[in-house]
Amino acid sequence: MSVLEIRDLHVSVETEQGNKKILKGVDLTVNEGEIHAIMGPNGSGKSTLAYTIAGHPKYHVDSGSVKLDGVEVLDMAVDERARAGLFLAMQYPVEIPGVTVSNFLRTAKTALDGAAPPLRPWLKETRQSMANLRMDKSFAERNVNEGFSGGEKKRHEILQLELLKPRFAVLDETDSGLDVDALKVVSEGVNRAKANTGLGLLLITHYTRILRYIKPDFVHVFVEGRIAEEGGPELADRLEDEGYDRFLPIASAGSATIVG
Amino acid sequence: MRKQPDQDHAKHGALPRSDGGSVYVPVQTRSERFSSTEVSEFPEVTGRELEWKLSPVAKLRPLIDGSLVGGEWPYQAEATTGVQLEWIDRADARVGSAGKPEERASANAWSSFERALSVTVSGEEAEDLVLTRSSLTAVPSAAHTIITARKHSRGHVVLHNTGAAMLSENVEIVVEDGAHLTVVSVQQWDTDAVHAASHFARVGRDAHLRHVLVSLDGDVVRINPSVHLVSDGADVELFGAYFSTAGQHIEQQVFVDHDAANTRSRVAYKGALQGRDARSVWVGDVLIRQSGVGTDSYEQNRNLLLTDGARADSIPNLEIETGDIAGAGHASASGRFDDEQLFYLQARGISEEAARRLVVRGFLAEIVQKIGLPDLETKLESAIEAALVPGPSQEGPSN
Ligand SMILES: Nc1ncnc2c1ncn2[C@@H]1O[C@H](COP(=O)(O)OP(=O)(O)OP(=O)(O)O)[C@@H](O)[C@H]1O
Ligand SMILES: [Mg+2]
Repeated sequence: MSVLEIRDLHVSVETEQGNKKILKGVDLTVNEGEIHAIMGPNGSGKSTLAYTIAGHPKYHVDSGSVKLDGVEVLDMAVDERARAGLFLAMQYPVEIPGVTVSNFLRTAKTALDGAAPPLRPWLKETRQSMANLRMDKSFAERNVNEGFSGGEKKRHEILQLELLKPRFAVLDETDSGLDVDALKVVSEGVNRAKANTGLGLLLITHYTRILRYIKPDFVHVFVEGRIAEEGGPELADRLEDEGYDRFLPIASAGSATIVG
Repeated sequence: MRKQPDQDHAKHGALPRSDGGSVYVPVQTRSERFSSTEVSEFPEVTGRELEWKLSPVAKLRPLIDGSLVGGEWPYQAEATTGVQLEWIDRADARVGSAGKPEERASANAWSSFERALSVTVSGEEAEDLVLTRSSLTAVPSAAHTIITARKHSRGHVVLHNTGAAMLSENVEIVVEDGAHLTVVSVQQWDTDAVHAASHFARVGRDAHLRHVLVSLDGDVVRINPSVHLVSDGADVELFGAYFSTAGQHIEQQVFVDHDAANTRSRVAYKGALQGRDARSVWVGDVLIRQSGVGTDSYEQNRNLLLTDGARADSIPNLEIETGDIAGAGHASASGRFDDEQLFYLQARGISEEAARRLVVRGFLAEIVQKIGLPDLETKLESAIEAALVPGPSQEGPSN
């Protein structure tokens, strides 16, 4: 059984004000077939964790490890990580002018499999997945993310999740900016991918509404660069009611007053 | 009223010029530039002149000052219906119908050519013409070509340049009233070829010209298209894609002259540069005369600098002599690879090398796809990919 293990991960970025520490000792284990939700306030480092797993060059790993079935992921180049079975659905997918979705998908599939997929079955599968995600087939000939609405970009990310079949996927706020119908469609896509491949999921979100469609096995509260609390699905409901105040140090909690 | 160029740096990592310097552009009225078909009427070229200062004048010297062979030159073209090809004399009335040289290399070619090749498109059913030049030589030569689209005709003419060349040439393009013409010039010369060209276009009432330059190979390629919109409703699109690699110089000085009411121009040039001393120059002069009321014009140039040591000069220049226009704008940006694009592609398993190829091909594809001949487009896109080195790691020890 596959397992993704994050151990005591410390990550910083270079900013104009100097080095800034963002992740301060993250521990997390995701087994194949498990769904982990990560919730936490803005700026707590959730996207940083996602990008670090994927290998974004902007983030510097100071210490710790990320292992996929015992193999150090942090030593791999970005594309090697993808070929090892990791996938990141991005919070802000970028546009790639002049590169069509169909060309992009085929190129990615070929890179992951080491050989071009047989044309007919591939086209059929692509069309089917697009139809499932209620994406018009004209998207295949449009340039990657160019002029896509926010919701369309997210569907396109999940289309890739379905077609590229990773072993572990990090979904960074895939639910943000989706209307109710799109949320349902996208969630179904994620559930389909999981049913088909049994992948493990790390679901970063601010809202419990997606958790009604994609049922998490574990919920982690992410605060100031580390996991502050872990629990089952009931923790998400509690967060929705109470917010993050009780996890924050007094000085930064909204109600704190300083008496001079 | 004259406007000095300002630059839009909206693109990620955009720089006005790769080496951070700036180019001083004296404001000059393009309409007053000297023109003549006689080479002897032009002063010696020092290399400091506005129209030469960004060019490798030493390499162009044989074309500027030397004697040029001006006879008929070999070409290959499939005969097509609706398009007539013939050699005509210097004295023919068609010679000079679209414009006159504004610099010495162009005038030298004009003074030296003996016969001009005339391409005439007539009728609405004209087939595509691909005229290939692959058997020129390194002997300094002059050429003159006149492409005429008769009234209300529809045509598509491609000049495909390959092989050796030390060539200065003039291409006249006449688009008569109501005609729709596409002219494409593709440069895939030998690596030591030197090619200087001036394209003069004259676009008539409600006529439309699409002009596409794709310059990939050759040591020096300098093609200056100028378009005179002479009658109401004339419309021009000028597209260019270029890929300059180590030591190569690719230049285009574009001039659009809005000289009638309700004319429209769109200029879009995109270039990729890679390797030490890869150079490109783009100048975009747009003149909206007092006669150009209702003009709608937009020009842009974008450069992608793939490695250190490459330099792209990009100089838009807009002169507006009437207050009554529909729109006039320009944009110019030169930037490096967008790391976020590369990351996105790599995060899907695509190697860095393949990701770079995809991005560059995509960047230039937008222009190449304006050609309208799918086979040629595919060939050129493959040529662009093939020209890319495997990555910056090849550029010697970095980091
Ligand atoms: N390149 C950078 N330069 C400066 N600061 C950065 C950079 N990248 C991230 N940060 C900072 O690191 C912190 C964590 O950012 P991150 O994007 O990981 O937060 P997040 O938990 O995903 O927030 P959100 O819920 O708003 O998406 C923020 O304070 C952010 O401003
Ligand atoms: Mg985030």
